[in-house]
Amino acid sequence: MDFAFPLMANSGAAAASSSAKITAHTPAMTTPGANTLRMKVTKLNFYYGKNHALHNVSMDVATNRVTAMIGPSGCGKSTLLRTLNRMHETLRHTRLEGEITLDGVNILTLDVTKLRRMVGMVFQKPNPFPKSIYENVAYGLRINGHKGRLDDAVEKSLRRAALWDEVKDKLQKSAYALSGGQQQRLCIARALAVDPEVLLLDEPCSALDPVNTAKIEELLFELKPSCTLVIVTHNMQQAARVSDSTAFMLNGDLIEFSPTGTMFTTPSDPRTEAYITGRFG
Amino acid sequence: MATTPNAATPAELGWSPQALLRRLRGADEIAHLITFIAAATLLLITVLLVFQLWTHSAESRAKFGWSFFVTKTWDPVAGDFGALPFIYGTLVTSAVALVIAVPLGVGAAIFLAELAPPKLSSSLTFVSDLLAAVPSVIYGLLGVFLLVPVMRTTIQPALKSTLGFLPLFKGPAYGIGFLTAGIVLAIMVVPFVLSVSREVLLAVPRDQREAALALGATKWESTWKVVVPAARIGIFGSVFLALARALGETMAVTMVVGNNPIISGSLFSPGYSIAAVLANEFSEATGNLYLSALIELGLVLFLLTFVLNGLARLLILVTTARGSGVLPS
Repeated sequence: MDFAFPLMANSGAAAASSSAKITAHTPAMTTPGANTLRMKVTKLNFYYGKNHALHNVSMDVATNRVTAMIGPSGCGKSTLLRTLNRMHETLRHTRLEGEITLDGVNILTLDVTKLRRMVGMVFQKPNPFPKSIYENVAYGLRINGHKGRLDDAVEKSLRRAALWDEVKDKLQKSAYALSGGQQQRLCIARALAVDPEVLLLDEPCSALDPVNTAKIEELLFELKPSCTLVIVTHNMQQAARVSDSTAFMLNGDLIEFSPTGTMFTTPSDPRTEAYITGRFG
Repeated sequence: MATTPNAATPAELGWSPQALLRRLRGADEIAHLITFIAAATLLLITVLLVFQLWTHSAESRAKFGWSFFVTKTWDPVAGDFGALPFIYGTLVTSAVALVIAVPLGVGAAIFLAELAPPKLSSSLTFVSDLLAAVPSVIYGLLGVFLLVPVMRTTIQPALKSTLGFLPLFKGPAYGIGFLTAGIVLAIMVVPFVLSVSREVLLAVPRDQREAALALGATKWESTWKVVVPAARIGIFGSVFLALARALGETMAVTMVVGNNPIISGSLFSPGYSIAAVLANEFSEATGNLYLSALIELGLVLFLLTFVLNGLARLLILVTTARGSGVLPS
């Protein structure tokens, strides 16, 4: 990426910055047992039929931080992301062993619709409903029996997704009339409308151009105070720019999980180093 | 093309036989020609059909004019012909068929596409597709020997005692009539609704379902509020297909509708449909006017199909234009 990113300076994530500064910026965020943990994955094994897709993965998701997952295609990063709100259950013949907790509660014991309201998701390809912009955002509110003024809630969500100014005069227009980048922010607004504690993003910028990618990345910073974010990305620079800690996965194993600055400057595993320096993947 | 060594020079691109042959060698030109002929043939058949119906119904059109559409009499002896009872019978039996078949077909399609295990879904769809291939005379026989007695002894009396206050369910229970014909038609068109609806439901992208589920929707909320609306144009399409089949269905209707040109508000009453009267009376039509009137009935059926299809398309335009937009296809 060769465009300047406005928030890079205080993100603490730029690979070029000194590692001392970065480690100072993200103090003790992966310390087990700290009350800043939003989600915790413990010894997770996941199977698609007979295919063992995740091997004994353990990982923490810190509250109000951005956690990135990187790795080559097929390494299991999207699978891991999808287990966090049990989206894997929409597929047949999957099996999950181990424990995932949200605020200390095992997510498998929660009602799945309640869990997904707390742990929202944005997908790789913008997937708005074939409805108006307004109805897209209102959908989650309607099915969850929102009380209060729908208009206000829709506006708030669109503002949080930095889309309000662009669409406020055409809320009744079809969501398909928006550009790809706007559609993806609409999908973020739609997910934010139900006020999730955690937002999972599965390669949210892979279908977008650099300008729209920058907008989404900027948005992630703005959301951080109010939401915990987990992002899967193909793009290492993106992980370096937006995240506070990064997980590197390879063939279903979590190879390394450390503060982003450490990961991109002094990786502890030779495979991580090989990947981030572009020797494979 | 210009950069390849054997590219044609401008002079060679003329319409000489060699040039034509060279152009035809490109698959594009041949495909274009063949598909154009196919499309043109369809159009030609339609035009010929209307032309034939139009010219052969000249005598009847000249004698009865527009009153043909509103006259209730059908008296071959007196030479007095009107289409109204047949139009009425055709519309009523088709309406009954759709009222029954659409919820049944769409409901089954939703189950098979969204809820059933894939193996059950494909085997049930296979059975349903088989039903679509059963000849209509078989459905007619089923109607005569199975449905008509049950209608007379059980269903019609039951409807009468419960919903008898409605004018729809009044009068003697003959067994045959509009309702029975509508039910037989419904059974015949359900496979069309089911098969097409299931296909379009399955074609709704997976990411639409996931988007709804990720918002905390239940499986049913995702199906009913996202998948079905996204597929509704195709579902409408399945209904039109069913309607077209119901309007034109001849044999099965003839066997159970009662074949009596009556206009009655009661669904228990015997009636007649355009296709049925054509099948019954064509071979016995004596005299040019009688024959001409029957052919004009054929023209009316064609018009009816045309108008209803047009209205249906209008309905689609209106419902999709209303602030929602469609899935890009």
